[in-house]
Amino acid sequence: MLYRENGQFKTSYAADQQIFPIAQDRLAIGLLLLVAFVVMPMAGSEYLFRAVLIPFLILALAALGLNILVGYCGQISLGTGAFMAVGAYAAYNFLVRIDGMPLIGAMLLGGLTATVVGVLFGVPSLRIKGLYLAVATLAAQFFTDWAFLRISWFTNNSTSGSVSVAGLNVFGMPIESPVAKYLFCLTVVCVFALAAKNLTRTATGRQWMAIRDMDVAAAVIGIRPVYAKLTAFAVSSFIVGVAGVLWAFVHLGAWEPAAFSIDRSFQLLFMVIIGGLGSIMGAFFGAAFIVVLPIILDQVPHLLGIPLSTATTSHLVHMIFGALIVFFLIVEPHGLAKLWSIGKQKLRLWPFPH
Amino acid sequence: MGFFLETLFGGLMAGMLYSLIALGFVLIYKASGVFNFAQGAMVLFAALAMARFAEWIPKWLGFDNLIVANLLAFVVAMALMVVLAWVIERLCLSRLVNQEGITLLMATLGISYFLDGLGQTLFGNDIYSINVGMPKEPAMILEGMFEGGLLISKEDLVAALIAAALVLALALFFQKTSTGRALRAVADDHQAAQSIGIPLNRIWVIVWSVAGFAALVAGIIWGSKLGVQFSLSLVALKALPVVILGGLTSVPGAILGGLIIGVGEKLSEIYLGSFFGGGIEIWFAYVLALGFLLVRPQGLFGEKIIDRV
Repeated sequence: MLYRENGQFKTSYAADQQIFPIAQDRLAIGLLLLVAFVVMPMAGSEYLFRAVLIPFLILALAALGLNILVGYCGQISLGTGAFMAVGAYAAYNFLVRIDGMPLIGAMLLGGLTATVVGVLFGVPSLRIKGLYLAVATLAAQFFTDWAFLRISWFTNNSTSGSVSVAGLNVFGMPIESPVAKYLFCLTVVCVFALAAKNLTRTATGRQWMAIRDMDVAAAVIGIRPVYAKLTAFAVSSFIVGVAGVLWAFVHLGAWEPAAFSIDRSFQLLFMVIIGGLGSIMGAFFGAAFIVVLPIILDQVPHLLGIPLSTATTSHLVHMIFGALIVFFLIVEPHGLAKLWSIGKQKLRLWPFPH
Repeated sequence: MGFFLETLFGGLMAGMLYSLIALGFVLIYKASGVFNFAQGAMVLFAALAMARFAEWIPKWLGFDNLIVANLLAFVVAMALMVVLAWVIERLCLSRLVNQEGITLLMATLGISYFLDGLGQTLFGNDIYSINVGMPKEPAMILEGMFEGGLLISKEDLVAALIAAALVLALALFFQKTSTGRALRAVADDHQAAQSIGIPLNRIWVIVWSVAGFAALVAGIIWGSKLGVQFSLSLVALKALPVVILGGLTSVPGAILGGLIIGVGEKLSEIYLGSFFGGGIEIWFAYVLALGFLLVRPQGLFGEKIIDRV
């Protein structure tokens, strides 16, 4: 009834090409941003920021990066954790070794380093694809796991192998309190989400999708597979690297290579698949699902008053989590974003049948 | 020289064990086109079942005989793996027919989470031991040829022999029985196989059961070597480069790939490890497989179906 585009005429090219062509969508996204930027910092509890919102935002950013590679360009990667780690450790080194390096600068340089490594490990994609490529990207994962554990230069010769950062600030504003951390992550995520959304609407983005849909046909119409694939790896690794910096610096504070283990890579791939391949919105849905679900599942036995040991609970959470993933894949293999768009389509007609 | 040969033998034995797990991947991929990430979880689940039933069955039935207990536990664990195969086929795979490879891969990852949880809920999460009477003490061979002879672990030798026997049995099963022929038909072309009356669903149950059997054997051997614990499910990650190196669709590839990775890992750790600061075993296999793929994208023996990019 309310969600109708009747009477919203597009009178210019700019109006035709905007990201949210329907006025109600613009209103909804505006309200969402208002809630996220203004209401949440005032109303949210510290636990909410620390345990839910900050991990959600950062992992959504990483999933966004991965989605560019997997969802838009069709190159499967199981090494996302590695690129996060590269971003995090590179940014750490830039911050520690160069005096007066600002946080944003370190973050972007970390992202750039991740880009270089990502392109390097993206080179095999020119020769192999599909599941072979997926396993090949695991090489990146295991190699970085090892490198950050064994090569002490990367960790600034820290004896315990764990590194930490403190006293973060942006333009003189300290990023210490949960609210400040939350707002910082939110800003970064919004900037990158907007950039990614626009990037997928450019020629480069369309080239990625052409390669994804059929690489031979794409090559025939003049798209260079090398360029398209490597740019996808580069952009994806950059965003993932920045997410890695945020995860290490803002969320963890002190970390070791285990924070970016292969489990993280799988987790991110789950987010992308469950959220919806080839959808910016999907990355957020997926991240919300994967971050929030275990927290809820953890709470259920307490709420119901069933006495279970922590080990049993964690095993049960594992089981339910796995079962739900399979369930979602069966119900909607195209992810939550697809459900969302089906819902929107239905809503357009509602309450009339046609 | 003696040391080199010792390392080489050690590598070959370890390689046989990798092949055993790689075999499970290849079987399922060949027959259903599913890259089964849950193989590691299946190994853990099977090993847990085996270890616990071998402990429980004598208690329930009130006898005390290691061999009978192990045999019964093996039968029960195998039955459990068949049931598991049936359930996976019914509840999951049959509903995901015609989905993309990546979706199926994710589904098996979900299954592996589920199995990890289920196994540890049912059977407990301590470290258990499997005692099937594997010889523990090392043996010396070729004492005449080298000074001091070669030190070889008998346990590894037995494991390698079992693995070889399993491979032979599977090869015979695939080549000589009518079920094996049906499996190969399904592997070649789902639709064509279906059109000549091969029941896809039953074939998948069989294939997952056979993979479950391979997982059980691998679980017993690894379990009696390392103890049955959660880390067993990570052994599968070691087997991935083996599959890639050998080719996803080739049983001999899995064996040869396993041997190459096993030997390569041991030799590189000893002769190159010191240059890199040690511990290169974890990534060496992957980098080797990656380098190999650049030259030959379908692996050693893989079918050339992946089109060139």
